Amino acid sequence: MATIQVNLISGRSVQQGVAIEGGKEKPAYRTAAGIIELDPSDLKKLGAWKSTNVRVTSDYGNVVVKAIETTQGPHPGLAFIPMGPWANTIINPNTYSTGMPTFKGTPVKVEVAMNEHVLLGIELVQKSCGVK
Amino acid sequence: MTKTVTDVICPFCGTLCDDLEVVVSDDGKKLLEVYNACVIGTEKFLHSQSKDRVTRPRLHQPDGTWKEISYDDAVEYTAQMLAKAKKPLMYGWSSTNCEAQSVGNEIAEMSRACCDNTAAVCHGTTLIAVQDIGIPSCTLGEIKNRADRIIFWGCNPAHAHPRHMSRYSIFPRGFFTGKGQMSRKMVVVDPRVTDTAKMADVHLQIEQGRDYELLNALRVALNNEWLPDVVAGISKEKIREVADMMKSGRFGIIFFGMGVTQSLSKNHNIDEAIALTKHLNEFTKFSIMPMRGHYNVTGSGEVFAWQFGFPYSVDLTRGFARYNPGDSSSVDLLIRGEVDAMFTIGSDPGAHFPISAVKQIANVPSVCIDPHLTPTSGVSKLHVPVAFNGVETGGNCYRMDNVPIDCRKVVEPPEGMLTDEQFLIKVRDRLKQLKGVA
Repeated sequence: MATIQVNLISGRSVQQGVAIEGGKEKPAYRTAAGIIELDPSDLKKLGAWKSTNVRVTSDYGNVVVKAIETTQGPHPGLAFIPMGPWANTIINPNTYSTGMPTFKGTPVKVEVAMNEHVLLGIELVQKSCGVK
Repeated sequence: MTKTVTDVICPFCGTLCDDLEVVVSDDGKKLLEVYNACVIGTEKFLHSQSKDRVTRPRLHQPDGTWKEISYDDAVEYTAQMLAKAKKPLMYGWSSTNCEAQSVGNEIAEMSRACCDNTAAVCHGTTLIAVQDIGIPSCTLGEIKNRADRIIFWGCNPAHAHPRHMSRYSIFPRGFFTGKGQMSRKMVVVDPRVTDTAKMADVHLQIEQGRDYELLNALRVALNNEWLPDVVAGISKEKIREVADMMKSGRFGIIFFGMGVTQSLSKNHNIDEAIALTKHLNEFTKFSIMPMRGHYNVTGSGEVFAWQFGFPYSVDLTRGFARYNPGDSSSVDLLIRGEVDAMFTIGSDPGAHFPISAVKQIANVPSVCIDPHLTPTSGVSKLHVPVAFNGVETGGNCYRMDNVPIDCRKVVEPPEGMLTDEQFLIKVRDRLKQLKGVA
């Protein structure tokens, strides 16, 4: 199965904003923020259909999210995960003495993970922290 | 019968819209409809009415279940936790009012805590840059009435501040901008073709993380000096075109967001953006403004600065205020494992901190004060739900341009629920007893 390397950024989307106010325990939060927006050309390189689950891996961790075609493109080589626990599992936590983690510009590897499922937001954080 | 409350303030983003209309039931207990708000603001007001809302404090049990306790027990737990801790972290503050923040600062002083607000993962680097070289800024009203050159750099207001463009920056017909968007030129700098970029006169699709170079190239272009053919993925012709466009305006404004504050050069990007603004003032009038996220993150910075002298990342462990981002900032404190108690209010570090920092929150005694269920409440030992500030209680908040606006209470909270401020006052009074402070 093909693997692609992309540069990951995270940030606000209006759907993510609505979902956090609607309740982070709900599946709508996962639908809004448990995704990775990829350029159509990158999806093609990956050999994946739209809305396929993928595993995204960086030097700092890995997470399963749903790959969708970007709505704010084209941006080949760049990937976007809305701000939230899915993005924060894999972004670069180094602050370089500024207090600010490097939320934008983490090199990541994306591979198809069709049989794995995307965790809910609170579930993902609890699992990563070993809390029930 | 229902009644309509007008001029309601929206407690979501730093735009702090003040023209909402909310329909409530005659007894003032139910919120029925919201007008004029964006889709996110509407959801915030309506979610306060949800049936599955948690209305009493809950203690996390080892088997993953929650045990409901009284507010008095929650006060006792919180005060004991803070009294025992050597280096507690009190984080958040951006989704509550300035009155509650001020009470929180009293608690922080007594418990010798590290205090930080959500600027830590938002505009913290902006605050460092402002301390470095100052900031020539203005109010949103001036922008509405005067600005004819609008630059959105690394921000996407179409998604993050949905009514910003219609209320202040692009569409309104102001005193000197009578033709609305026709009288303005809009430039967007973003590595993606965002929904904001699609509306722009010029979109500079910058290579991600190359903001410093492009800002610097614009300053070179202002001086008509030599430029390489391409800088940060943008051709020199385009850079000169934008520089000329900026120079030719009567009043310009650079709005900047997470694209510059969170990319690798961080505060140095903003240093350069402010230097560009200063440089532009040699040709015309220009201002710069950070697009603040939470509706009262600016207020939290104001209250910290007023009471402790620093806007975020304040360390009181030695009994006086120290400020040293990288050392006293929340993410670094957590990742280094220096914190022995975590107190979170009005924010969600569980969702918005790197996971390596969140793991530390789960390792220590922790209290999360938040009306919602969040990843932070999910890993905290105690979750204290409170009334929604700006919906069920009023209080002072600061807009992104540092203008204070009083939020309004539109509906009663569920019976027996405390506000942030009421809960904090009880914790403060109990902590005074524990610490033997008069």
